[in-house]
Amino acid sequence: MAIKPVIRVQRDDFDIAREIALATAGHPGIGAVVTFSGICRDDGGSLAALELEHYPGMAERAINEIALQAAERWPLQAITAIHRYGRVEPGENIVLVLAASAHRQAAFDGAAFLMDFLKSKAPFWKKLIAADGSDGGWVDAKESDDEALQRWSAAEGFERS
Amino acid sequence: MTISEQVPNTSSTSRPVKLVYFAWVRERIGVAQEEMAIPSSVVTVRDLLHWLKDRGEGYEQALQVPDVIRVALDHEHADHDEPIGNAREIGLFPPMTGG
Repeated sequence: MAIKPVIRVQRDDFDIAREIALATAGHPGIGAVVTFSGICRDDGGSLAALELEHYPGMAERAINEIALQAAERWPLQAITAIHRYGRVEPGENIVLVLAASAHRQAAFDGAAFLMDFLKSKAPFWKKLIAADGSDGGWVDAKESDDEALQRWSAAEGFERS
Repeated sequence: MTISEQVPNTSSTSRPVKLVYFAWVRERIGVAQEEMAIPSSVVTVRDLLHWLKDRGEGYEQALQVPDVIRVALDHEHADHDEPIGNAREIGLFPPMTGG
């Protein structure tokens, strides 16, 4: 079944319960919804905020491509991915991915896949704003993020369920 | 992609491309975007990074390790050995840190 992923790149916050309701409405075959939300942490009190920069136009497109790959790989009936930009303070949402399917495993795997690819392929960059308001520099990409992608290519030969 | 498709003009050795920069690449170069005439000797993404690096101090600082720079041709990720072809917008940025 062809699904149309819901992709949004926005400054404003989002409501996870509302996104679940929107994603599942009109899909009575959905039996499992997995959501992941990434939240800004305060790093032990040293962080006042993150300033998220993105590449307008490309960001939506890159996330949509990732979502379409997930839809090809697992029998998903709904996908939502929302990424915020601008200033985000500790405790606030940064990102949401949602994958819905008839059964839980595809929903779990689909959401994990979306998140792993989003971290390394979607054009967003985080700048740290220190507790005293000074520029804390750009967050460095982690090698572990690239390694997270490897497991999906290693699992490529596995049977889809 | 072929030479025959290029529109003849008075400066046939180069064509204007919109370059857009993000995060520390943008900060080091000092502008968010600019139009630049790319000489026809610049074929691949790697060629472009090395050519740009010689354009001044900010470029030198931003692109001192070209291998770490990620590039998008018209909003699509591109490897460094890919030709820039007829891309109208080229994005240069550090490894992504969203999520």
